[in-house]
Amino acid sequence: MSTFGRPTKAEPGPLQVRGEVLAVRRSGDYHVLVFAAPGVAELTAPGNFVAIAVGGQPTAMLLRRCFSIHHVDTAGALGGTVEIVVDAHGPGTKWLVDRAQGDALDVIAPLGRPFSLPKDPVPCVLVGGGYGSAPLFMLADRLRERGCRVDLILGAATESRLFGVVDGRRRASSLTITTDDGSLGVRGRVTDVLDGILDQHGGQVIYGCGPMGMLAGLAKVAEQRGIVSQCAVEEAMACGVGVCMTCVLPVVGKDGVTRMTRSCTEGPVFFGDQVRWDAAGTVPADCLGAPVVEGGATSR
Amino acid sequence: MSNVVDMRAQLASAALPSPVLTASGCAAAGRELDRFFDVTAIGAVVTKSIMTAPRSGRATPRMAETPAGMLNSIGLQGPGVEEFIRKDLRWLRERGARTVVSIAGGSVSEFAELANRLRHEEGIAAIEVNISCPNVESRGQVFACDARAAGSVIHAVRRHTSALTPIFAKLSPDVTDIADIARACVTAGADGLSMINTTLGMVIDTDTMRPALAGITGGLSGPAIRPMAVRCVWQVRQALPDVPILGMGGIATGLDALQFLLAGANAVSVGTAVFNDPSAPWRIHNELAAALADRGFRSVADAVGYAHREEVPS
Repeated sequence: MSTFGRPTKAEPGPLQVRGEVLAVRRSGDYHVLVFAAPGVAELTAPGNFVAIAVGGQPTAMLLRRCFSIHHVDTAGALGGTVEIVVDAHGPGTKWLVDRAQGDALDVIAPLGRPFSLPKDPVPCVLVGGGYGSAPLFMLADRLRERGCRVDLILGAATESRLFGVVDGRRRASSLTITTDDGSLGVRGRVTDVLDGILDQHGGQVIYGCGPMGMLAGLAKVAEQRGIVSQCAVEEAMACGVGVCMTCVLPVVGKDGVTRMTRSCTEGPVFFGDQVRWDAAGTVPADCLGAPVVEGGATSR
Repeated sequence: MSNVVDMRAQLASAALPSPVLTASGCAAAGRELDRFFDVTAIGAVVTKSIMTAPRSGRATPRMAETPAGMLNSIGLQGPGVEEFIRKDLRWLRERGARTVVSIAGGSVSEFAELANRLRHEEGIAAIEVNISCPNVESRGQVFACDARAAGSVIHAVRRHTSALTPIFAKLSPDVTDIADIARACVTAGADGLSMINTTLGMVIDTDTMRPALAGITGGLSGPAIRPMAVRCVWQVRQALPDVPILGMGGIATGLDALQFLLAGANAVSVGTAVFNDPSAPWRIHNELAAALADRGFRSVADAVGYAHREEVPS
């Protein structure tokens, strides 16, 4: 079992800045949005996310869209650049990928608790589902700087839903790909190959980002093997800054008590054994302040 | 700008340096927003409704975006009044922010208990009574939708609150005649009125073909409800010309805030706009100051209810 440095402290930041679009490029079914955001790159750690206002002003789309930060570059001529991966499936994300070079963006970043890094140079396995893999490449770099071996698993429904295959080959000691339909790599799920990779390279930590079901699977494997998992969850957020209470999930605290916990401020990265994966989307009966089931206790 | 507008606002006995406050449920207890603007500069932080005991709130999904608004069904998640006092209220006091504490209860006695518990706490500028809660003793009938039930809650809170601390009843727009409920609350001892709370709405997810929220229905907020809110403020100001009003509902700009003042609000709360722009309360304060100056107002007070003036024939 390895020990971890304390997560990067929440302060200073986040910043609310006027960003400027530098490029939008396709990657499989996704778009990579590159923008300048003064001061953000320096503060960003792997696992942090960004909240971007969409639709221009005035807009009928009130809520910011949140994306984990894929890549940052502090050396940009415009005061540092940030890259995110966008799956343009709704009007807000479509608006974002339709931006042209030079367009302004209202950006808040970096937000959330990033991945914690092991103190010792232990082997790590990084697992990304779909474009959930976005923050893992920056994480791989940080881990390798610490002397950690990094093995990467990328999984998706089909080849075009994978993100970062080329990047992954460059940055990890090994890359394993799974697709549900077998269009690339091993046919199946990331959890089908995870045990083999852990056995082969002696992985001591699993880092994951992707759909809840996948993260639950990673956490279970980690628990069975007595190793650590850290999972970045993808909960729907309204504000991203900790005030709206919509992005909650049941998380067990150090005191052993389950609370409905904000994934924007206490997360998005949680240790796998903290999250009540089986109860995600519900309020478990033993959660602090859970409603007493006898009618009543329903209020807006 | 040639003239400097006096931005002080008065909510009953509470004197505030700005007419712009946060809105309950949209600012937690101020701490998160203090990273984006100085929470001591605005009128007050209105805290998320607190109940006696810790409360988990509802399952997710709790939120759905709607045109120019959003639907939420949080279910009053909160730490309970003891932890609120120990952590949140303490932080606000030490930070030097003025605080309006919002309280919520499932029964008249729970409201009374909360008022009593807060009675001797320092640093509370006012209490906002969230009566848009179901009354567990009356088959879930919402207090705010019944003049008598609303009056009972306000009466109990008034009785357990220092006379020096104003109490504001937060009204729901989901009633036939909001002035009726307003009158009942004032008669029962409310020093002022906050309006409006969210209005009940619903979204169906066309992929799952089920309600989008785990709570099925939710409270609609944001610019979509602003005309409804302005109408409520206007009607209550006409019915009760001397009662202080804290207006809210979809305020996203200084001009939106100005509409509320002109309709009769003495101050405004900025709620859902914070989700779009966490620095919105301070931005709106500045935009409002400029808008007042542009129109030749020397103070916030001069603009309050100005839209009700008699048309002077020219």
